[in-house]
Amino acid sequence: MGLKKYIPIPILLLAVVAIQLTTHYTETPFYLTQLTMSAYYALLVTGLCLVMGYAGQISLGHAGFFAIGGYTSAALTTFNFTPVKDHAVLRFFDKFHLLMTTEDMFGDILLNFHPWAACVIAIIVTIIIAFAIGIPVLKLKGHYLAMATLGFGIIIYRIVLATEFFGEADGISEVPGFNVLPGVSVNGDFDARIQNYYIAWTLVTIGLVLLLNLIHSRVGRALRAIHGAEDAADAMGVDTAGYKLNIFVISAVFASIAGIFLTHYNGGIGPSEAGVMKSVRYVAIVAIGGMASLWGALVMAVGLSFLSLRGMFGSYDDAVFGAILILIMLFAPDGLLRLHYLDKVKRFFRKTEDIS
Amino acid sequence: MSSELFLQYLFAGISYGIIYAIVAIGFNIIYNTTGIINFAQGEFVMLGGMIAISLNPHLPLPLAITLAVCATMIIGALIEIIFIRWLDHPSVLRLIIITIGISILIREAALHIWGESVRALPYFVGNEITSISIFGTNISPQVLWVIGICSLIVACLSFFFKFTSLGQEMRACSANRTAATLCGINTRNMVTFSFMLSAGIGALAGCVMSPITYTQYDGGTNLAIKGFTVAILGGLGNSMAAVAAGLLLGIIEAFSVSVLPLAFQDAISISILLIILFVRPHGLFGSKEAAGLKEF
Repeated sequence: MGLKKYIPIPILLLAVVAIQLTTHYTETPFYLTQLTMSAYYALLVTGLCLVMGYAGQISLGHAGFFAIGGYTSAALTTFNFTPVKDHAVLRFFDKFHLLMTTEDMFGDILLNFHPWAACVIAIIVTIIIAFAIGIPVLKLKGHYLAMATLGFGIIIYRIVLATEFFGEADGISEVPGFNVLPGVSVNGDFDARIQNYYIAWTLVTIGLVLLLNLIHSRVGRALRAIHGAEDAADAMGVDTAGYKLNIFVISAVFASIAGIFLTHYNGGIGPSEAGVMKSVRYVAIVAIGGMASLWGALVMAVGLSFLSLRGMFGSYDDAVFGAILILIMLFAPDGLLRLHYLDKVKRFFRKTEDIS
Repeated sequence: MSSELFLQYLFAGISYGIIYAIVAIGFNIIYNTTGIINFAQGEFVMLGGMIAISLNPHLPLPLAITLAVCATMIIGALIEIIFIRWLDHPSVLRLIIITIGISILIREAALHIWGESVRALPYFVGNEITSISIFGTNISPQVLWVIGICSLIVACLSFFFKFTSLGQEMRACSANRTAATLCGINTRNMVTFSFMLSAGIGALAGCVMSPITYTQYDGGTNLAIKGFTVAILGGLGNSMAAVAAGLLLGIIEAFSVSVLPLAFQDAISISILLIILFVRPHGLFGSKEAAGLKEF
């Protein structure tokens, strides 16, 4: 295989730059905002693609992991910890300079977590929850797995909706920017738009390289064996449970990182991000992209999220995704890019080869 | 807890529980004949309620409910014919996604037809403040309607499956589809019929519960999850056990209100679902050996 698998990466980077330049010269830089958000959703979807397409497990709870990342980061960077600053836990964090003080507009001193600290804590929380939920859930199959992950998503939704710390129905707003590096900040400012566009796409590219490496390695082959026939893979000595769990956790971390960055970019997060419809939407995008196709998932995630965020579907937003889901599953269960009849043609030729 | 309050919770629990049981039986009917979990089951309940509410101003209540049930049965049959009947050996994942898509489409259609407002049928007897006294506690007569009609549905269904030839054919279909086909049963029609039947009982439950619980376009998902919890709790495919499990879940939920904030009520039933899936996926009353033979 060698370096062949990376060929689409430069093409992707060229496309990213080309789009930015196009928006610059056509004076439509406002498109960059939605393209940045789409990039973060694409990050989540490519992670989910690994679980669904390669490990063959359905997850209807990925919006939950997105929300865990986004909400943890948002809460830690906005909640004022001054009243409890002498608590042992906070002093522990302070010792490592993980806290920072800011002044609000009334001159009061606010004590928050540094965004980097919040980001790392959010990812750790996600990993712990993903392991805790993944160990029992991934023993299930088919309908049970779908319902269990759906249930997990709904529990997260109910918790953020009912907890005051997470802002109940209003969500958390006024989340500060995330200074990734000195001078490089993830925030929704007008003049940081181009910078943020590139931050998001850099993140997506890094994620893609990691995933490409993974699926073209021993792990990837093991995953495809699991997808093909779990019992057979088990019999051949593949640690099916272990692989499934690790992949689930990796994709949860992808979702969580997408949640963290998008929350800082938008400056807030609301309970709708944890909703069931979001999870279903991600599943729909993976399905349209062709289940086991990272590039298909990426293209569809960016395209559909962009159209949806631009409001192209109007009040039929969810209905469009539902309709797409049904149509794809009825007529092209292997995704739009690999229609059934193409497979049949291929199989026909393969058969004749075998005979000769 | 005073005995009066205890009875209040108990009746609330029973009336919700029996609704969950009806949704669970709807799941079971379709699961038994096809092996599909119909994720759109909750939407049938919502549709029944909504159609009856729209018809009610023009027609007497019993007629409106009858028409609503018939309309929902036709919708159920159409769904099966359009989306499922012609698929050739579809995978479970594909069917899950299709029924989820159907539930989204029904919900969105309901949103555009009826809007976001919360609606309700009028009380069958009296109004909101009418109450009757049982064992010293006051309950609404509608609660008795719910319990009565749902019990009637359960009784009729078990009669139907035991003693009518159509019911026996459906059971044959669920026991062994190939053998049923060889005996001259048209299994495809049985599948369509199972969709109609579960849509019908769902819609009827949706009508009787509407005065107490109200009907809204997005109420279906929640009911589907609770109904599924109950179906699993009783053991998937076992309708009589679903009734017991439904009552159990309803009563647990009703009493949980006295300990936990109302906002966490849904989280409780879903936690029960997760625990039961992890610990006893064959259900409280199901046998492990029998569950091992089924495909999920």
